[in-house]
Amino acid sequence: MVLLNINDLHVRFDTNDGVVHAVNGVDLTLEPGETLGIVGESGSGKSQLAFAVMGLLAANGRAEGSARFDGTEILNAKPRVLNKVRAEKIAMVFQDPMTSLNPYMRVADQMAEVLVLHKGMSKRDAVTESVRMLDAVKIPDAKGRVRLYPHEFSGGMRQRVMIAMALLCRPQLLIADEPTTALDVTVQAQIMQLLADLQTEFGMAMILITHDLGVVAGSCERVAVMYGGRIREQAPVAPLFADPAHPYTQGLLAAIPRIDETEAELRAIPGAPPNMTHPPASCAYAPRCPYRLAECETERPPLEGFAPDRKRACFAALDDIRAHRHRVSITADEAATAGPLEDEPDDALPDAAVAGVGAAAATHEVKQ
Amino acid sequence: MSRPLLDVRDLRVSFPVRRAGAMPWTPPQDLHAVGGVDFTLKPGETLGIVGESGSGKSTLARALIGLVPATGRAEWVDGADLVDLSPRQMMKYRADIQMVFQDPLASLNPRMNVGQIIAEPLTTHRPGLSRSEVKARVKEMMERVGLLPNQINRYPHEFSGGQCQRIGIARALIVAPKLIICDEPVSALDVSIQAQVINLLIRLQKDLGLALIFIAHDLSVVKHISDRVLVMYLGKVMEIAPKDALFNASQHPYTQALLSAVPIPDPAREADKAVVPLTGDLPSPMNPPSGCVFRTRCPRAQALCAEAVPPLEGTDRRTACHFPGPLTEAEIAAARTEPA
Amino acid sequence: MVIEQDKMRSLADTMAQAEVKGRSPWADARKRFVRNKAAMAGLVILVLVTLFAAFGDYAAAWSNEELDYNVMGQVRELGAPSIATGHYFGTDDLGRDLYARTVQGTRISLMVGIVGAAIAVIVGTLYGATAGYVGGRTDQIMMRLVDILMSIPYMFVLILLLVVFGRSIGMLFLGIGLISWLDMSRIVRGQTLTLKNREFIEAAQATGVSSWRIIMRHIVPNLLGVVAVYATLLVPLMILTESFISFLGLGVQEPLTSWGALISEGAATMNYGTLWQLAFPLFFFCITLFGFFFVGDGLRDALDPKDR
Repeated sequence: MVLLNINDLHVRFDTNDGVVHAVNGVDLTLEPGETLGIVGESGSGKSQLAFAVMGLLAANGRAEGSARFDGTEILNAKPRVLNKVRAEKIAMVFQDPMTSLNPYMRVADQMAEVLVLHKGMSKRDAVTESVRMLDAVKIPDAKGRVRLYPHEFSGGMRQRVMIAMALLCRPQLLIADEPTTALDVTVQAQIMQLLADLQTEFGMAMILITHDLGVVAGSCERVAVMYGGRIREQAPVAPLFADPAHPYTQGLLAAIPRIDETEAELRAIPGAPPNMTHPPASCAYAPRCPYRLAECETERPPLEGFAPDRKRACFAALDDIRAHRHRVSITADEAATAGPLEDEPDDALPDAAVAGVGAAAATHEVKQ
Repeated sequence: MSRPLLDVRDLRVSFPVRRAGAMPWTPPQDLHAVGGVDFTLKPGETLGIVGESGSGKSTLARALIGLVPATGRAEWVDGADLVDLSPRQMMKYRADIQMVFQDPLASLNPRMNVGQIIAEPLTTHRPGLSRSEVKARVKEMMERVGLLPNQINRYPHEFSGGQCQRIGIARALIVAPKLIICDEPVSALDVSIQAQVINLLIRLQKDLGLALIFIAHDLSVVKHISDRVLVMYLGKVMEIAPKDALFNASQHPYTQALLSAVPIPDPAREADKAVVPLTGDLPSPMNPPSGCVFRTRCPRAQALCAEAVPPLEGTDRRTACHFPGPLTEAEIAAARTEPA
Repeated sequence: MVIEQDKMRSLADTMAQAEVKGRSPWADARKRFVRNKAAMAGLVILVLVTLFAAFGDYAAAWSNEELDYNVMGQVRELGAPSIATGHYFGTDDLGRDLYARTVQGTRISLMVGIVGAAIAVIVGTLYGATAGYVGGRTDQIMMRLVDILMSIPYMFVLILLLVVFGRSIGMLFLGIGLISWLDMSRIVRGQTLTLKNREFIEAAQATGVSSWRIIMRHIVPNLLGVVAVYATLLVPLMILTESFISFLGLGVQEPLTSWGALISEGAATMNYGTLWQLAFPLFFFCITLFGFFFVGDGLRDALDPKDR
C-alpha cells in the first residue's frame, strides 16, 4: 500500500520577473512508516514540493499534477478536505519555529486549540493531552512549561513544541522542512534523535527536507536529490552515498568538507544554480557538469531506473561517473565569474538577487 | 619564536542589559558576552573559532575590530593595544584588519554599485588616490576574487549569493590587510557554492600571506580551513589546539560533545558513532554558572567544577578543564540514561 | 600549455570587454512605477495640473485682478462659464475671472505643498537620520525636542503667527515649514534604527568610514524610498493645511488666492445658484489630491516590491 503518491507535480509562481518554474514534474511515492529524505540546494524546489502537497503555496503559486494521500486526491483539493487531511493525516514542521507559533498565545492554548477544533475535546482534556505530548518530545517539566509563551523557550525547545503540536492528532505522515537548520549542532543531534524515536513510537512516515547530506545520512531510508525543480537521483540511503549515480550527487558529496576525513582540497561545483525564471530546455545541470555530452545540452534526461530501487536522470554512462572520467573540465573560477545573463529580457525586474545562470564561460574538451 | 601578529589576553565584552520590568533608576545588569579570552595568532595563520549560538564568537570578532567596546588587551604585532586605542589611532589599524560578514547580500549596500562598494575602504584609507587608479585597483581585485571586471557598474542584487560573498572578500582585500576576520562567511551559502568560496579564501590566503580568523558553527568547514581551532562556550575558551590534535584527540568534554554531534555524510559511519548528549539548555549569560561554565551540562562534572574556574592550561594545546581527557564509553552511556 | 595560453587569452578578452551597465534599484523602481497604471494616471494628472498652473495664464482673457463690470451684480445670470465672454470658468461674486483666479490659486497651493514637503524632506531626513544613527543621549535630546514641538497645537500656533505678524505668503511658508518636518524626522529615525544594524553599515564602520559619510552614503540613500513615498503623501497634506487656513480666512491675501480661499468663497455663494464658483476650484483640488495619492501608492509599490 502506498501512503503518498505524487505524480507529475508542477509548481509555478507568477512574479514580477515572470513565471518561476519551481517544481517541474516530480514523481514520488512514500510507504507507510517510511522515511524519505529530499535533498537540494536553495531554489531546487524541495520546499515548494512539500508546500504544494500541503496546499500551503503562496498566493501567486499554483500546482498542477496529482498528489494522492491514502487514495484521496489532495492537490488543489477543497479547503474542507484539505483541512481535514492537514489536521489529522499530515503534519508539518517548519525551519523557524518562532514564525509558526503565535507569540501572543500561551503554548497550552495553542496546542489545545488544535485538539478542541479537530477532535472536539474539552479544553481541560485538550490541555492534559498537550502536556502528555510535550512529555513525549522530552520537554522537562512539561506541566509547568505549558503555561509559558513561545519566546520563553530556547530555540531547541521551541522546535520540540512545534513537533509536539504537529503530533497532537497522531498524523500518518510528518513533513519536516529543514527542521534543524536554525539550530546548533548539539541541539540538532537531539532533535534528529527525537524525530527518529517518535517515528517508531507513533509508526508514522516522514519526509525530511534538508540541504544537509549529513542529516540525511543519519536518519533516512530513501533519498531523492533535487536540482532545478526535478528529481535527479533517487535511491536507498546506503548506495546513494557509497555509489552516487548522478554527477550532481557526486559533486555535492565531493564539495562538502568532512569531519571524519582530511581532504586536501574541496572539489567545488563550478558555476551557480539555474535561474528558474528561464529554466533551460535541456538538463539544468549540464553547464556545471563535468560529464556532459552533446545531447545534454539539447535534451532533458528522463528519470529512469537502472538498478532495483534506484533511479537517475542522466545521459552520461554510469561507468564514467563511477570511475570519475570527466569529459569536460570546467575551472571553478572561470565558471563562477559568469554573471547573470546579458540577454535578459528587458522587462524582467528581479526583486532581489536572482541566481546567475551558470557558466557559459570557457570550457575545454579534455584531450584523450 | 617570532612575534605573534595578534596577542589577545583576557579580552572581555559586556553589555548593560535592563531587566524586563525594571525601574528606570535601577542600574542595568551586565551581560558578559565574552568573559576573558586568551589566544595568539601568528602571521599567515588561520585560527578557527567554533561555538554554538550564544557562545560569544561573533562578539569577540566585533570587539577585535573595534565595533563593540571591550576591556583587556589585544596586542598588535607592532605593540599597539587595539582595545585601548582612540578612534583616531585605531584608524591606522582598520586597514590592517578587515572583516567578511555572514550574509553576503546584507553586507553590501543595495544602493551602491560593485565598484563603489569595493572602493570604499580604499577611498577611506588612501584619499589621495586618483579616480582612475582606484578603478584600476578595484578591477584588479575583482579579477582576483573571480568576478568579471566588466561587471563593475552592476548592483549587488544582480549577483548570486556566492558572487556577493566574493564582492565582500574583494572589499576586505583591497586595502591589503594583514588579518581578515571571517564571521560565518559561508553559512548562508549553498553547499556547492560554499566550496567555491572556501577554496577562494584558502588560495588568497596563500597568495597574500594573510592571517585569518575564521568563525563558524560548522565544524567540518572549520576543520578544513584552520591551522588551529579555538572552542568557545558561553563567552569562555574551552579549548584551543592545533587542528589535528583537537579533531582527533580532544581533551575537553564540550569539544567532544560538539564533535560527536556533527552529522557525517556516510550512513554507515553515522550509524556507528556515539553521540555525547548534552542535557539541558545553554545557561543564561546574565547569570552564568559558578566555576566552570560548562559544568551544568558536562557528563564529567564534579564538586570541584562548581567551586573553581578551570584555568586554560597547556602550551601548544590548551584546555580549560579540571578533568581533561577523552570521555569513556561508560561516561557517554551514563550521560544518555540521564533524563533530558 | 595550450590550456594556460587559452586561459590567458580569455582573461585578456574579459578584461577588454566593455563594462556592463548596472541596473540600479532606482532604475528597477522606475520600471515598476511606469508599469503601474493608476500611478501613471496620477502622474499625468499632476503634470497637467502643473502645466495648467504654469501656462494657464496665456490662455486667459482676463487677469485675476480685473473686475468685469458688465457682470457685476448679475453674476448668476451673466457670470456663468462661457467661451464667448472669455470667462471659461465663469466669474466670482465680484465679477473677477474665475479661470485666471484658479490658475493663480493653483500656483499658490502647489507651491505651498511642494515647499512644505521639501522642507520636511531635507530637514526631517537629516535630523532623523542623525538622531537615529548617533543614538544614545544625542538621540534622546533630539527626539524629545521633536516631541515638545509636536505637543504644541500647531494649528493654533499657525493661526497666531498669521494674526500677529500679518497674513503673508512668507509667513505661511514659515509656519507650514516649521511643523511639516516633525513627522518626517520620526519616520526617518525609526528607519535609521533598523538600517543601523544591517551588516553593510557594520562593514563601513569596521573600515573606519566617518559617521557623516556613513549617514550620507549608506543611510540616506537607503531611506529615500520611504522618504519619497511619505513626501508625496505630505504634499496633499500641506495643501489641505493651507486650504484650511485659507478657508478660515487667514491664508493668502487678496488679490492673491489659493484653492482653499476659492473653495471657501464658492461655498459661501453656493446658495445663490452660482455652483461653478465652487465646482472648478474643488475639481482641481480633488484631482490633484488623487494624483498625489496614486503616485504615492505607486511609489511605495515600486520601491518596496516585497510588500505586495
